[in-house]
Amino acid sequence: MKKNTKTIVNLVLLALLFLAVWVIERTSSASSMLITVLKKGAIYALIAVSMNLLNGFTGLFSLGQAGFMLVGAYTYAVLTIPVAKRVAVYQMYAGGAIHFQLPWLVGILLAGAVAALFAALIGYPVLRLKSDYLAIATLGFAEIIRAIIQYEKLGPITNGSLLLKTYPTFKSTLFPFAAAAICIGIIVLLINSTYGRAFKAIRDDEIAAEAMGINLFRHKQMAFIISSFFAGVGGALLAMYQGTLQANAFKAAMTYEILLIVVIGGMGSVTGSVLASFLFIACSEWWLRFLDAEQFIGSFQVPLLRSGFRMVVFSVVIMIVVLFFRRGIMGDKEFDVEGISKWCRRKFGKGGAKA
Amino acid sequence: MSSMLIVKDLKVNYGGIEALKGISFEVEQGQIVTLIGANGAGKSTTLRAISGLVKTASGAINFMGRDIIPFNAQQVVAEGIAMVPEGRRVFENLTVKENLKIGAYLRKDREEIEAGIEDIYQRFPRLKEREWQLAGTLSGGEQQMLAVGRAMMARPKLLMMDEPSLGLAPLVVKDIFAIIRELKSEGITILLIEQNANAALRCADMAYVLETGNITMSGTGQALLADQRVRDAYLGSTAR
Repeated sequence: MKKNTKTIVNLVLLALLFLAVWVIERTSSASSMLITVLKKGAIYALIAVSMNLLNGFTGLFSLGQAGFMLVGAYTYAVLTIPVAKRVAVYQMYAGGAIHFQLPWLVGILLAGAVAALFAALIGYPVLRLKSDYLAIATLGFAEIIRAIIQYEKLGPITNGSLLLKTYPTFKSTLFPFAAAAICIGIIVLLINSTYGRAFKAIRDDEIAAEAMGINLFRHKQMAFIISSFFAGVGGALLAMYQGTLQANAFKAAMTYEILLIVVIGGMGSVTGSVLASFLFIACSEWWLRFLDAEQFIGSFQVPLLRSGFRMVVFSVVIMIVVLFFRRGIMGDKEFDVEGISKWCRRKFGKGGAKA
Repeated sequence: MSSMLIVKDLKVNYGGIEALKGISFEVEQGQIVTLIGANGAGKSTTLRAISGLVKTASGAINFMGRDIIPFNAQQVVAEGIAMVPEGRRVFENLTVKENLKIGAYLRKDREEIEAGIEDIYQRFPRLKEREWQLAGTLSGGEQQMLAVGRAMMARPKLLMMDEPSLGLAPLVVKDIFAIIRELKSEGITILLIEQNANAALRCADMAYVLETGNITMSGTGQALLADQRVRDAYLGSTAR
C-alpha cells in the first residue's frame, strides 16, 4: 500500500472514531460509566504513549512519569485559577501569591513546558545511569517532587497539601480525545523520523549506536524531555478531568498503573498502549468495580470481595501477562490498516495476499 | 604515498591494567592492513581507541593529517572512519532498511541516501530481498553483510572491521573475505582485525602481530604467512 493511501485511510478511521465518540456522548447520560472510561482512557492513552516513547522505544527504564504528571497538573491548575476565586481556594494562605489567570490553552502548554524543564534538569545527572539505577533515580525524583509540592512554605503557590479547584475544566468527551490525538500524533511523527530511528537503535544496542555516530546522551535527553513534556500535558488533562487536584494522588502507584498499561499494550507499540489504556481504565473503573464491593447471595457473604480485592485481581492479571504474554497485546506491532491487512494475509493464507 | 592513518605509541589502560602498552602502526591509502593476535592481545581495544569509544592514556592517532585523539565517537565517524563492530551488532528490532539508514545517520545529503541504499543492495542482493525483515531474523552471514553495508552507508574513507569472521560457518567466512577483497578493489582502505590469521594474512597488504598489548612482528601479509614464528603461534605448524 502506498504511503499516502495509508495515511488517508488512517485519518478516515480516526475521523470515524471521533464521530463514534460524539454519537456515544449524545446518546448516553453524562454520568454513564462509558463516558468516564472514554474520558479517562484518552488521557491515560496519551500518558502511556509518552512513557512508551521512553521505555519502549528508547529503552530507558524510567519510573518518573507520575512526578512529571504532577508537575504538569500543578502548573496548569496554579496558573489558570480565576483571580476572583483565589481567595477561596487559598484560604489558608491569604489568597496565594499569584494574582493573574492564564487562558487554559497556555496553561496546558506551560504544563508540558515546565515538566520538560524539570526533565532537562534532572536528566543531566540521571541519564548517565543505566537500567535499574535509572528507574530508582527517577522514582526518587517523583517522590521528592510530591513532597516538595506539599511543603508548607510553598503554600502560597501550591496550596500545600490542600485541594486546588475552580480552574477551567472540560465537559465534552471530544476534548480529551482531540488533545490526546494531537499529542500522540506528534509522538508518532517523532518515532517515524530519523530521531525515532536513532532512539530505537539506542534501545537495541547502545555501543553499536554510538559507533554509528549517534550521540547517546543527547538523544536520551531528547527522548526524556519530550516524554516528560507530554506526561506534563497528560497531567494537566487529568487535573481538568478530575476537577480538583491534590498532590497526594500522584503516588508511585500511578506510575505503576501506566507502566502496566505500557507492558500490557506492548513495549514499542503506540496503538498497543492506546488500546491497553482503555482496557485498563474500563476494568479498573467499571468492569472490575464489583470486586471491591461486599456482595451477598441471600445471607451468604461472598468471600474475598471487599475493598482492595480489585488490586489483588489486577496483580494476578499482571503476573499472567508477564508470564504468558510477555510481549503484550501488540508486541511491537501497530494496530493500523497495514497491520490488519498483514495479519489477515497470514491468517487466511495466500488467497488474501493477492487481494 | 603518505599514510592515511598513523598510530604512534598508543597506550590504553583499563582500570589500572595496560591493555595497550604503546603500539605503533600505519595504514596506507587503498590497502588492507590487518592486526592479528590471540584473545586479549588488545586488537579490539585498538579499534575502540581509534573510534573514540575508549579513552587513550597517551600516544597519537593521526588520520589524514588530523589528530583524532580528542575526538568522540561521533566526530570520528564524521571524519570518515566507520566501524563494523565485533559480533555484528546489527539493530535486531529494526528492519534491514532502517539499519542501513542508521549507518548514514551523520550524512547531511538526505536525497542521496536512498541511492546509497540501492548501491548496498546491488552489492548484497540478499539484503534487498530482506529489505523489510527485522535484522534479528537474518542469518549470521546476512547480519555480517548488513553490518558491512551499514558501515558503508557512512561513506567512510577508512573501514575498520572487528573480527568479521567470528562465529560464521567456513563457507560464509569465505564470502566475507571475498567481500573484503572486493571493497579494496573499489579503493576502500580497510583496517581488519582477525583471529582467523590465515585468511586475514592472505588478503592483507600489511600485517601486524599483536601480543599482550605490544606489536611483536610486522610485515607484508605474504611475509608473515611464511614466517616460522607466526606459523607456529597462529597458523598451527602444519598449515601450508
